[in-house]
Amino acid sequence: MKEQGTFRVKKGMAQMQKGGVIMDVTTPEQAKIAEEAGAVAVMALERVPADIRAAGGVARMADPEVILRIMEAVTIPVMAKVRIGHFAEAQVLEELGVDYIDESEVLTPADEQFHINKHQFKVPFVCGARDLGEALRRIAEGAAMIRTKGEPGTGNVVEAVRHIRIVNEQIRQTVHTPDDELPALAKKMAVPLELLREVKKQGRLPVVNFAAGGIATPADAALMMQLGCDGIFVGSGIFKSADPAKRARAIVQATLHYDDPAVVARVSRGLGEAMPGLEISSLTAADRMQERGN
Amino acid sequence: MVKIGVLSIQGAVSEHIDLLKRCGAVAVPVKKLSDLEGLKGLILPGGESTTIGGLMEKYGLTEAVRARARAGMPVFGTCAGMVLLAREILDGAREQPRLALMDVKVRRNAFGRQRESFEAPVQIKGFDTPVEGVFIRAPLIEEAGPAVEVLASLDEGIVAARQGSLLAVSFHPELTDDLRLHCYFLEMCK
Repeated sequence: MKEQGTFRVKKGMAQMQKGGVIMDVTTPEQAKIAEEAGAVAVMALERVPADIRAAGGVARMADPEVILRIMEAVTIPVMAKVRIGHFAEAQVLEELGVDYIDESEVLTPADEQFHINKHQFKVPFVCGARDLGEALRRIAEGAAMIRTKGEPGTGNVVEAVRHIRIVNEQIRQTVHTPDDELPALAKKMAVPLELLREVKKQGRLPVVNFAAGGIATPADAALMMQLGCDGIFVGSGIFKSADPAKRARAIVQATLHYDDPAVVARVSRGLGEAMPGLEISSLTAADRMQERGN
Repeated sequence: MVKIGVLSIQGAVSEHIDLLKRCGAVAVPVKKLSDLEGLKGLILPGGESTTIGGLMEKYGLTEAVRARARAGMPVFGTCAGMVLLAREILDGAREQPRLALMDVKVRRNAFGRQRESFEAPVQIKGFDTPVEGVFIRAPLIEEAGPAVEVLASLDEGIVAARQGSLLAVSFHPELTDDLRLHCYFLEMCK
């Protein structure tokens, strides 16, 4: 009578993460710091995005050994990343028992044309999106959670803001589009009409939508929450800063009390140096991870 | 109308609020101590019990909710909410903060990891037909004290129980359109 891997169970997992912070970690020690700070999940990686960016070359799924050690260290869910289109890496992560798979532009894409058919997995997937069309295409492929792409590893929130603003604007446009014009809009966005109808009905994405890609401070988290995101991914922002444990706790509290500037002000005090940031215009086209996958 | 709070630290808050409203209650999110004023009942939603428990403690909600529950305010915990209600937690993070109101031993992630999460019908004592049980990294009651009434079990153990004004389920009624458990809780609050 038990039915595993239903879409409701996969999407529901993301609903349980709402209002929380998911943190990138590279060691069991970091995972414990994240759990104690109140993270709702950790993303197990070999290198955080800022280091992937610095190292160059081909970035792949993490060594299973690294992921398993992190899974043993904490009781909260553990996520891990695969390359866009690399369904064999995803099969490996499912075999390991990872709780959520991020088909991520932070890694070097394995397929320039097709994303993974995510319906075939029991483990849920999260995917990045820069606009409503991209988000709905990923959901059509089986993604149970969406996040903004932002520009990973930069500590610069501007791209994440751009992406959530675009998604919000396109949702408003969809809500105000008459039913008989929806098919034309679906065609223009290259998305299934059914999903666009769902967006119109709900006035939001049909799955949970987190912020990611450049969040480095408690105020960054509060900003993204006020712009309507359901929760926060922090990649390099925590463990590339001067005092990771303190910053992690601060970002968790700012995400909870995002609408209370007194709390955000209090937790922002004396955090020490944030991660060094990168100006987006200093990146060459090849360095812009957000343009990977569409 | 009866005013019910939904603890709004993190997790499936809006889903519970929607269902409560459909049952005819006034439903409000509870983030701060002042939000507890005038509540006839409180729901602890699904989410991450370590996160919710830790932040409840930090903002003084653990003591305040515990005091009100002991004074008779009904509390309904789903999934992580069940973990927070438990006197004892097995397989938890070390010294996990919790309310410890219900005389039960709860095992976290008792069915396995997300891969093993599932849906199954659950027959609740007194209900005509089963509810849709959505189990996500779900906990299980492994031991229940004499004051605890078992309301539903699967092969693995107890998945729904009541102790006076406290109600706990392993699964997520807030992810379904079945209002019966929320209406049952509302009756407890009247």
